[in-house]
Amino acid sequence: MIQLERPEKTRLLQCKNLVAGYRIKSGFVHAVDDVSFDLDKGGFLGIAGESGCGKSTLAYAIMRLLKDNATIEGGSLLFKGIDLVGLSEEQMKKIRWVDISMAFQSAMNALNPVLSVGEQLTDVIHAHEEVTQSDARERAKEVLKLVDISTDRFNSYPHQLSGGMKQRVMIAMALILDPELIIMDEPTTALDVVVQRTIIEKIQELRKALGFSVIFITHDLSLLVEISDTLAIMYAGKIVEYGSSESLFNRPLHPYTRGLMNSFPSLTGKIKRMGGIEGKPPDLLKPPEGCRFHPRCPQVMTICRESCPVLERIDDRHSVACFLHRGAEIL
Amino acid sequence: MNENILVLEGVNKHFPLNSFRMRGKFVHAMDEVSFSLRKGEVLAIVGESGSGKTTTANVISRIYRQTAGRVAFEGRELSGSMSRKEELKHHKRVQMIFQDPFGALNPTRTVGGIMERPFIIHRIAKEKRSVQEMVDNILVQVGLEPPEQFTRKFPHELSGGQRQRVNIARAFSVEPDLILADEPTSMLDVSNRMSIMNMMLNLKERHGVSFIYITHDLAGARYMSDRIIVMYAGMIMEIGPAEEVINNSFHPYTRLLKSAAPSPETGLKRNPLTTGGDIPSLIDPPSGCRFHPRCPFVRESCSLEIPPMKKIGENHYARCIL
Repeated sequence: MIQLERPEKTRLLQCKNLVAGYRIKSGFVHAVDDVSFDLDKGGFLGIAGESGCGKSTLAYAIMRLLKDNATIEGGSLLFKGIDLVGLSEEQMKKIRWVDISMAFQSAMNALNPVLSVGEQLTDVIHAHEEVTQSDARERAKEVLKLVDISTDRFNSYPHQLSGGMKQRVMIAMALILDPELIIMDEPTTALDVVVQRTIIEKIQELRKALGFSVIFITHDLSLLVEISDTLAIMYAGKIVEYGSSESLFNRPLHPYTRGLMNSFPSLTGKIKRMGGIEGKPPDLLKPPEGCRFHPRCPQVMTICRESCPVLERIDDRHSVACFLHRGAEIL
Repeated sequence: MNENILVLEGVNKHFPLNSFRMRGKFVHAMDEVSFSLRKGEVLAIVGESGSGKTTTANVISRIYRQTAGRVAFEGRELSGSMSRKEELKHHKRVQMIFQDPFGALNPTRTVGGIMERPFIIHRIAKEKRSVQEMVDNILVQVGLEPPEQFTRKFPHELSGGQRQRVNIARAFSVEPDLILADEPTSMLDVSNRMSIMNMMLNLKERHGVSFIYITHDLAGARYMSDRIIVMYAGMIMEIGPAEEVINNSFHPYTRLLKSAAPSPETGLKRNPLTTGGDIPSLIDPPSGCRFHPRCPFVRESCSLEIPPMKKIGENHYARCIL
């Protein structure tokens, strides 16, 4: 666990040793295993990883939206000093969407197809506040304007909107109660590059104007490095590398991060053969002994098969969970 | 190397609309698409969704017939009807790799069953045993080892990357002359993408096929291909050698695509996008240049007529009057 030392900033969310997962007949799936990170007010944390690495489970755990067989087994989630893990559903309702909201992965499916955009937005306001219908409509129109959707679209149904517009409606819905933290779970994955870029620009612009913090979850590391201040790389339920995006990009330390960085061809510079990462992520029901990445790691050592490395601090702004870097001063 | 395997000349594909309100109108999925493909070349078609890149592949593979224009494969015209035998022969020579590795494999058949089909349909092997040998051989080539472990499995038992490997193995198994790969990596996990791309390049070299690689990712196109075609709203906007199109992009749309691509190197110092907006409706496409409603450099004449392809450099053309 490292703390990015910037005393002038206040901490908004502190996730400590969080364990969450799915209870199934044959055991417990450790989708989020001993995850710790900090998020400052106004910060932008990017979480990157492959499908099945637990990044969405982490998002749902923070929202306390884990259902049925999914549970938080341990750890704490301090949001402005309140531990979200211990709250009752009633108490959580007062925080969810008011203070922490979420933009879901597929805007196509997350919007209700039989309600107009306006109705869905005003529903959100009515669910949390006692306001008149006309006030709610005003607020909804205002927030649509924020995301550059003209108010003529107020009565449109989701199927009448393009993919990019639906995603902007999702962001409007996340913004409508003026939360302090928005969790974005792959908000741009299904979109075309140009549309993706306009959405990202919009998010950054609104973040500067309104001052909310963002946790941005995606598998697209090349995008994350560019937009976030702090990056966490997740693999098989654990954070394997954590630090400022600049430091991670210039000096990726974990072999998995290096592999990911090597998975995106570049538009500039010389074309070189790139490797990617061989193999596939482990089954989280029976994660491998030792470091979870060792079966795919090109630099595996004996110790990696026996014990699991923990996140260790390399410098102020960078930490890594890998035996290659244990105790070593890296320049 | 200079022999053309495929030539498209002024190909249009319009889909009629049948609803009452839209009767008599067409979706202009492809308009005046002309290009040629040399033997052994990798050509990338880049564009956003709705740009007509998949329709182009479907016309080449005769899933659709073009509305107008000429498509010639190894000098032979691909229009009108073909006899069943000729049709089968064409499908053997032109194979496709589809985007969705989950939808492209029959869920009720084992990998072995799926892989045997092309050999039986195209009567490549006479005996059961030689079919099995050939299947094993191609599975090893795509890295599914040991093959006997995979032939017994059903598609749902495989990961996305493994399924896409089966798709690629199936496409290469009948020794085709041309492979059309329609966004083969866009639904895969990032860590798999590079190994699939490298594998396709290796197989292409080994089997000596020509390759059309369809993608929305400009950087991936640069990695894979010799030449790049940029499509927008059914028309080719720019065509040229990969490095030329990327380093000396001429068309404003190519430049827009380039500036929208994530690049960690530039970070937040990047310039904001010059234009927003969406791809126009293909039912009533904009008059003149299809990009003019979004173009930051638009001039009066842009909306009047479709600009011709203009020579920019060696083998490098763009559809822009600038």
